Amino acid sequence: MDIRAQASMVFHLDKCIGCHTCSLACKNIWTDRKGAEYMWWNNVETKPGTGYPTLWEDQDKYRGGWDVVNEGGQLRPKLKLQGRFGALANIFYNPYLPSVDDYYEPWTYDYANLLDAPESDDQPTARAVSQITGKYIDTIEAGPNWDDDLGGSTIYAANDPNLAGLSEEERAELAEIQRVAFFYLPRICNHCLNAGCVAACPAGAIYKRGEDGIVLISQEKCRGWRMCISGCPYKKVYYNWHTGKSEKCILCYPRVESGQPPACFHSCVGRIRYFGVLLYDADRITEAISVPNQNLVEAHRSIIQDPFDPAIIRAARDRGISDAMIDAAQKSPVYKFVKLWKLGLPLHAEFRTLPMLFYVPPMLPVLARVTREGRYEVAGAADNSLAPLLSSLDKARVPIRYMANLFAAGNEEIVAEVYRKLIAVRLYNRAQQVGDVSADEMQRALETGRTTAEEAAAIFRLTSRPTYQERFVIPPIHREEAIAQTIDPYKERSETGFGLTEAPSRRW
Amino acid sequence: MLDTVLFVVFPYVAVALAVAVGLLRYYKDRFSFSSQSSEFLEKRELFWGSVPWHYGVVIILIAHLLAFLFPGLWGALVADPIRLYTLEIIGLALALLTIVGMVMLIARRIQRPRVFSVTTTLDWVLLVTLLAQVVLGFWVALMFRWGSDWYIRTAVPWLRSLVLLQPDIRFITALPWIVKLHMLGGFVLVALFPFTRLVHIFTVPVTYLWRPYQVVIWNRRPGPSGRRS
Ligand code: HEM
Ligand code: SF4
Ligand code: SF4
Repeated sequence: MDIRAQASMVFHLDKCIGCHTCSLACKNIWTDRKGAEYMWWNNVETKPGTGYPTLWEDQDKYRGGWDVVNEGGQLRPKLKLQGRFGALANIFYNPYLPSVDDYYEPWTYDYANLLDAPESDDQPTARAVSQITGKYIDTIEAGPNWDDDLGGSTIYAANDPNLAGLSEEERAELAEIQRVAFFYLPRICNHCLNAGCVAACPAGAIYKRGEDGIVLISQEKCRGWRMCISGCPYKKVYYNWHTGKSEKCILCYPRVESGQPPACFHSCVGRIRYFGVLLYDADRITEAISVPNQNLVEAHRSIIQDPFDPAIIRAARDRGISDAMIDAAQKSPVYKFVKLWKLGLPLHAEFRTLPMLFYVPPMLPVLARVTREGRYEVAGAADNSLAPLLSSLDKARVPIRYMANLFAAGNEEIVAEVYRKLIAVRLYNRAQQVGDVSADEMQRALETGRTTAEEAAAIFRLTSRPTYQERFVIPPIHREEAIAQTIDPYKERSETGFGLTEAPSRRW
Repeated sequence: MLDTVLFVVFPYVAVALAVAVGLLRYYKDRFSFSSQSSEFLEKRELFWGSVPWHYGVVIILIAHLLAFLFPGLWGALVADPIRLYTLEIIGLALALLTIVGMVMLIARRIQRPRVFSVTTTLDWVLLVTLLAQVVLGFWVALMFRWGSDWYIRTAVPWLRSLVLLQPDIRFITALPWIVKLHMLGGFVLVALFPFTRLVHIFTVPVTYLWRPYQVVIWNRRPGPSGRRS
């Protein structure tokens, strides 16, 4: 057993309002630079949709993450991008690299013209100017969130890879204008346990920090071989076309090290984000991804360890994990959502990178359904009983199949379990607060949701009324000790505290 | 006199520059070590440029190096006419590849505004020098046949004399000027190396062949059992 601590996250999708505040908080701090304009370390996409970069989930196109091969009955993970020799053979040209057109050409506007234009009969305009070439762009053809709120859905939403397995009728229903349904999917780097970006990097420049599991790219070791961009199935590594280096979400480690949550967490308007540490068994990583797709979520859960178990605590201490870190693991909201309540699911477990950002799937667009006749069928509205809520899953507005493709590697039962529990929590609260659910009905809901009144109350509390301290349990990183080991404190004292002391731009 | 400056003084200056500036750059500005890939900005033409260019130039360079390091073995290899012809044909084909590749790369940088905008003056100098060098090499191979044979009796002893710090240019003074230009070009590139993206050659990631897939870095030792993984 090799217990390690991992900074982990939960996003509660029912609470995301799609405001993009998180994206802008991140952009203003980290990627408002030349070469990084197009990078959205945090982005929020509309689902159904093709996301950012376009069709990132299509691994036949981009070859991110891991495959499993069957070797004499034993499943073995294999990097989907290429083998080790393949990496060297393809190094002069990476066939699977997304290009700027799969994102968009970053632009600004010629604002100066509004002030400086000579007098004329027409109003001056601010034309779009490419931030790469400095030339005017006549027609902007793509941009961040080009398909926000289903814009251009006949092109974007209709080609969502997660629609695989849905019947023609289901697809048509989803796209029909009066019955349309969508939700938001905010994404950052998942700081995976079996990261595809790390594995694909020929230079070995990408690494996981042992203490907290944050995945970083050493800007000094990166040589611009640009394999990581393909290796990450979530397309959360971006290539800086100006510096010739790859960059990615750093989980705001300078903030985390000083006890603050990452900026996107802090600024989240819907308060959908939870941050905390998980303990996991690093010896079982390979085992956890060497299972068939439908078992992946279970296997992922199983390597996350109980921070209250004395044996685990002992093993953790043995591996140098501090008591303060174990304490943080015990208070972690992520532990509750993911392991205790089994509500948090990994995004696209079938990519097999063991992502450590978990999602509580959204219920809102799922439960109410619009019938063929255009009637809005909120489950339970027809009669005075709310019972139909429980049976309405199979006629969900966004088919369970779709959610399963996103959050359970296709295993519909896993998603249905989550929904049954979420519904139970709702019925329980309805009974408490409105009082129109009979005790019987509530009891049945709790049983179907495999939960208890206490648990439902706790889920409600952490979902709807958590304090700041409950949402964000920042693990103690002991930065002081860490630095003392690597840098002479007297030297550190006179530095900025950040790694780079020179501007990240091309000098040679 | 000119020969001494070009083929004794200049090579030493070039190598000194390459080593000194190269090391300085490595230790003072490691951030600048990058292939400066532009594939993100343009893919299709890069394929037709970069792939022929690299496969051509890497193999040719290795051949130059092998003949220099093991002239005896190389001599035995080309002693047989069949092997000599095969080698020369392969060499010519590879040289052609590099020319096609480099022409593509340069044309691409001129024509594609996105790539043009990330090209520095030194990039242009380097690309043009490289093109000149491979064209010269091709010309020499075509016009002065059996270079794989006479190379080990002219350039190799001269280069060895430079390495042994007993410079002796007699081996090459009588060569045609075009051959000498190709030799000079080699050292111009050595001199350019530390100032340009050519530094990427020295960071070829061979360790990828055996390193573990996952990289974990600890600040402190992770406990008494001491395993660092
Ligand atoms: C095995 C060793 C080498 C490796 C792994 C390597 C790799 C690379 C890579 C990844 C690029 C960037 C391509 C892109 O834009 O995506 C590049 C560009 C380049 N390489 Fe190499 N290279 C090697 C050897 C060489 C050699 C020996 C030379 C010349 C003597 C060379 C000259 C160049 C030049 C001039 C470019 C810029 C091409 C352009 O974009 O216009 N490389 N190399
Ligand atoms: S999500 Fe993050 S850690 Fe995982 S493969 Fe992508 S960049 Fe790497
Ligand atoms: S800030 Fe929060 S609510 Fe707004 S889009 Fe981002 S994740 Fe959603």
